[in-house]
Amino acid sequence: MNVMAKDKDVKAGEAVLRIVNLESYYGPIMALRGVSLSVREGQIVTVLGANGAGKTTLMKTISGVMDPEKGQILHGGRDIAGSEPSDVVNAGIVHVPEGREVFPLLTVEENLDMGAYTRHDPAGEASDKEMVFSYFPILKERRAQAAGTLSGGQQQMLAIGRGLMARPKVMLLDEPSLGLSPLLVKDIFAIIKRLNREQNVTMLLVEQNAKVALDVADYGYVMELGRIVMEGEAEKLKASKDIQEFYLGVQEETQRGQKRWKQKKTWR
Amino acid sequence: MGRPREKWEERVLDVLQLVVSGLANGCIYGLIALGFVLIYKATEAVNFAQGDMMMFGAFVTLGLTNSNYVGLSFWIAVPIAIAIMGVLGYLLDLVVIRRMFGQSQVAVVILTIALGFIFRFAAGTIWGHEPQSLETPYAGMDVRFEGLVLGLDEVAVIAATIVLTLGFYFYFNNTRLGVAMQAASQNQLAAYYMGIPVKRVQSLVWALAGMMATVAGILYASKGSIDPTAGLLGIKAFAAAVIGGMGSLPGALLGGIVVGIMEPFAARYIAAGYSQIAPYLLLFLVLVFRPHGILAQVHRKKV
Repeated sequence: MNVMAKDKDVKAGEAVLRIVNLESYYGPIMALRGVSLSVREGQIVTVLGANGAGKTTLMKTISGVMDPEKGQILHGGRDIAGSEPSDVVNAGIVHVPEGREVFPLLTVEENLDMGAYTRHDPAGEASDKEMVFSYFPILKERRAQAAGTLSGGQQQMLAIGRGLMARPKVMLLDEPSLGLSPLLVKDIFAIIKRLNREQNVTMLLVEQNAKVALDVADYGYVMELGRIVMEGEAEKLKASKDIQEFYLGVQEETQRGQKRWKQKKTWR
Repeated sequence: MGRPREKWEERVLDVLQLVVSGLANGCIYGLIALGFVLIYKATEAVNFAQGDMMMFGAFVTLGLTNSNYVGLSFWIAVPIAIAIMGVLGYLLDLVVIRRMFGQSQVAVVILTIALGFIFRFAAGTIWGHEPQSLETPYAGMDVRFEGLVLGLDEVAVIAATIVLTLGFYFYFNNTRLGVAMQAASQNQLAAYYMGIPVKRVQSLVWALAGMMATVAGILYASKGSIDPTAGLLGIKAFAAAVIGGMGSLPGALLGGIVVGIMEPFAARYIAAGYSQIAPYLLLFLVLVFRPHGILAQVHRKKV
């Protein structure tokens, strides 16, 4: 991969987020090894992969919490790689982190207000809060309750609602299914799909639960050891044999299978 | 009939007098403890220079208002001193503390101890090492109420603490920056994700702690004299913060008041040598039986 790859779909013009050859390190460990992907406006794009594939690192690098070593993150006509997180939120990209990460001692409503921290239009914020409440009525009911006292599913709803309060163009959703019951996962993903269609929020969705992710997504990428190893329309990915093996958890010896198999072996 | 009753009344007055003077001291401990807790919550480091910041703030005010220095009016000197210490606190974080990011907490703690020494010697160099008293418009005045004699300085301490507490309550619950300070201390990473400028918020917390220290210093200096070692009071305030619960702002204030009220009673009823250890004995008991402090925020990590 080199810089030439950049020109591939610039002309399409509808990519709201384009990532080119991104490399990030955790100390000496290279967590992203040249990741390129693009997210088109209005789509739900999913990034699948196992633990440690680099999905969360990718999200953190986009939202500015981690600085990339190399590569570009193109959004709204400029490169936002290495920007401060507050600038990234201002530019319209909001990160809904893995494991909810609500503010436990603040009330539900204060959590939502914090989502709108970078905004300065009280009227718009108030109407967006009503919008969030219309998608998640339970949050309205619990608005004065400390967020730490909510259940896991409610906290996930709050985290998504808090992200919406920034009125994002692109939402980075990191493992929204983590630790939730299958029924709740179904509910949350239905709402994600609705938010995408009704509120026109483009989503970059990172998931280990490939089945639910591919059900809502338009396009998907598969990440492995810091690289994109496969991409395609969600329907095609779903039909692909490799993916079926992947989300059934069966590992066959593919390109570098032996090494991978050994790694799995050690943590199982 | 008359005499025992008078004696009883005398006793009540006596106790009240002790309570009020203890309360006044306790408010000062409480204000310093608030500074400890604010910085601890925001940065997870203990600022052992908090007491010395209190002393320094008092000296800045003294330098601005006392007739042998600048000689400004007290009411002009106070806001200027508070502003100076606020800026100093902000810069301290911006220039020094922020560079310690990623270092162990022990390193930060030792750094703040060193900062305390710097404050002490800077104050000694600028204003001298002898005790001086702050010239306040209410010095030496007192309030008489049903046989109770209260120094106006003590009343001022209590009143100022009440006003500050209400102000802080409003600030932390009703302003966006105040809620953001809470948010950043509860979940720093999530605060980053929401676009809260966490580093600037932390510097502002240091500014706030500096301002609070100055108010405590002014109140302390107006009750007696002040010299560059007055900052050692911070140790007692730290004990107060731990007694109240290191993560809790109301706890800090409560801890300060408990320690403050305890002292005069200990001095009155316990032998001279032992009365000094009373606050630390309480600290010991609290740590053994309620290690998170009286008003701990318990459900911090409930998953």
